[in-house]
Amino acid sequence: MTVRGLVKHYGETKALAGVDLDVREGTVMGVLGPNGAGKTTLVRILSTLLAPTAGQATVAGYDVVRQPRQLRRVIGLTGQYASVDEKLPGWENLYLIGRLLDLSRKEARARADELLERFSLTDAARRPAGTYSGGMRRRLDLAASMIGRPAVLFLDEPTTGLDPRTRNEVWDEVKRLVGEGVTVLLTTQYMEEAEQLASELTVMDRGKVIARGGIEELKARVGGRTLRIRPADPLRLRPLAAALDELGITGLAPVTVDAERAALLVPVLSDEQLTAVVGAVTAQDVTLASISTELPSLDEVFLSLTGHRAGEPLDTEPAGSAEHREEVAA
Amino acid sequence: MSATTVPPAQTVHDARIPLRGHLRHTGALVRRNLLWIRQDPESMFDAVLFPIVFTLLFVYVFGGSIGQALGGGQEAYVQYIVPGLMAMMGMNMAQGVGTGFNQDFNSGVMDRFRSLPIGRGSVLFAKIAVELVRMLIATTILMVVGVLVGFDITNWPGLLAAVGLSAVFGSALMWIFLTLGVTMKNAQSVQAMGFLVLMPLQFGSSIFAPPQSMPDWLESFTEYNPLSSLADAARGLMVGGPVAHDLWMTLGWTVAITAVMAPVAIHKFRTKD
Repeated sequence: MTVRGLVKHYGETKALAGVDLDVREGTVMGVLGPNGAGKTTLVRILSTLLAPTAGQATVAGYDVVRQPRQLRRVIGLTGQYASVDEKLPGWENLYLIGRLLDLSRKEARARADELLERFSLTDAARRPAGTYSGGMRRRLDLAASMIGRPAVLFLDEPTTGLDPRTRNEVWDEVKRLVGEGVTVLLTTQYMEEAEQLASELTVMDRGKVIARGGIEELKARVGGRTLRIRPADPLRLRPLAAALDELGITGLAPVTVDAERAALLVPVLSDEQLTAVVGAVTAQDVTLASISTELPSLDEVFLSLTGHRAGEPLDTEPAGSAEHREEVAA
Repeated sequence: MSATTVPPAQTVHDARIPLRGHLRHTGALVRRNLLWIRQDPESMFDAVLFPIVFTLLFVYVFGGSIGQALGGGQEAYVQYIVPGLMAMMGMNMAQGVGTGFNQDFNSGVMDRFRSLPIGRGSVLFAKIAVELVRMLIATTILMVVGVLVGFDITNWPGLLAAVGLSAVFGSALMWIFLTLGVTMKNAQSVQAMGFLVLMPLQFGSSIFAPPQSMPDWLESFTEYNPLSSLADAARGLMVGGPVAHDLWMTLGWTVAITAVMAPVAIHKFRTKD
C-alpha cells in the first residue's frame, strides 16, 4: 500500500492535507489519532468509497481512483459501525456478500458456514443480526469482511464503543487474521490497541501525519509507561508524592495525584527508573493496595509528539461523521 | 485458513462485470430485500391496505356525486376510479422505495455494498425489482376490491397492458425517489418531500375526477400532467375509449424520466460521501 500526497477537502475544511503512507505486505499499520484527525477519511478513500481531491494511492497494486473495481475484489472493510444488515440473519448476511463476490451458491453457503463457525456465531446463524450483542455484531462484520479472502483489510476503529471484554475478543480475531498474512490498516484512538495489534504506527493530527515508526520506537519517543501506585491508606498519598518528587525522576510529565482514586501517577522512561520508584516507595514503608503500569494515553502521546493536546475539537472531518465523533468522545 | 476450503472468488481481477454477474448480484440483493419482508411482514401493510382503503373511500365518499357528473352514479365512478387508483398505486410505491433506501444508507450496510466489486446499478435495480413485486401485489388486491364494489373487467388483455404500463411508469418514478433517498439526510425528509411533490400531482390530474369541471389553469395543468396520461391510458385500456395519445405520452414520460434520473441516481449512489 502506497499513499502519496493524499488530499481531501470538504469545501473549506481540509480533512486530509497531504498524507504519505507506506504499508508493507503482511504487516499491520496502526493509524493513531484523535477524532477529526482524518483517519476515517483516509480509510474511505483507500477503500474506494470516497474520491480524493488530490494525490495518489495504490492498494495491493491497484490505483484507488483508476482501478476501483479490481481493488474492491481484494479488500475488506470493517467500519466504526458494524456494517451488517440488521434485519437479515447472520448466515444470510454472509451468504449475500459471498454471492456479491461471485461465489457460486454452493461456495457461498460453505463459506458462510465456515466463517460463522470460525467466529463462534454458528448458534446465532439464523437470528437477525439486529438481535446480536455488540461483540457478536463486530465479529459478524469481520466475518463479512473476510468472505472474499481479502489481501488488505481496513479496520476503522474496530473496538470503539465496545466493553473491555468484547474488545479483547475482537483483538484476538484480528490477531488471527494477521497470522494468516492479511495486510491490515487499523485506525484507532487507543495507544493500547495500537500496541496490541500494530507493528508500525502512523500518528495523525488535523489531516497530517505527525509521526511514524515502529511501536517500540514511538513508545520510546513518547516516554514509556506510567506507574499507578495506590497506597492502602489514602492519607499517605501526598507525603509519598513529595518523596517521589524529591527522587528527581521526571519521565514525560511530573508526578501527579489522582485524588479521586487515591492513586499516584508516576511516568517512567526506563526499567531503571521503574525500579528506582519502587525502591523509593519501599523505603517510605508504605503499605500498597495496588501497583500497576499503564501505557501513555493518546493525550500523552500527542503532548510529547506535538506539544499540544489531542482531541481538541477540530472540524476537519466531514459533517456526516459528527455523530461518530460525539460517541467516541464519551 | 485450511488449504481445503473453496478457492478465491476470482484470481484474475477483471474490471468488467459480465451480464451474468450483474444478474447474479441483482438477484442476491433482491433475495435480501425479500427476506426483509419476511422478517418484517408489517412492511407489506401499505401494499395490502392502501388499495382497500382508497377504493372504499373514493367509491363510497365521492362515488355518488362525481358519478352523477359523469352521467351515471356510483357504478359509473367505479369504472372511472379503479384505473385511476392503479395509476396512483405506482406512485405511492415509488415513494416508499426512496424512504427505505435512505434508511439503508444510514445503517452502514451501503458502505459495504459500495466497497464490493458489483455493478453500480445492482443495488438500485434490486430495490426497484422488489418494489415492482409489491406493486403487483397491491394491484391484484385493488382489482379484487374493485370487482367486489362493482368494477367490470371486460377487457383482460387491456387490463394486463394497463398493469404493465403502470409498472414501467412506476419504475421510472422510482429513479426520482431513489435519487431523493440518496441525497436527503433522513427518511422523514424524503417522505415529506415526496408528499409535497406527489399530492399536487395526484390531485391535479384526471386520477380522481374528470378535469373538465376544473378552472382553466388547472385543467391545462392536468392535461400535461403525466399522471393524467397514465390514468387516462389505463382507463382506455381497461374500460375502453381513446388510448393511443395517452399511451404514447406515458411511454414518452417513462423514457424521458428514466433516461435522466437513472444515471443521476446511480451516480449519486456511487459518489455519496
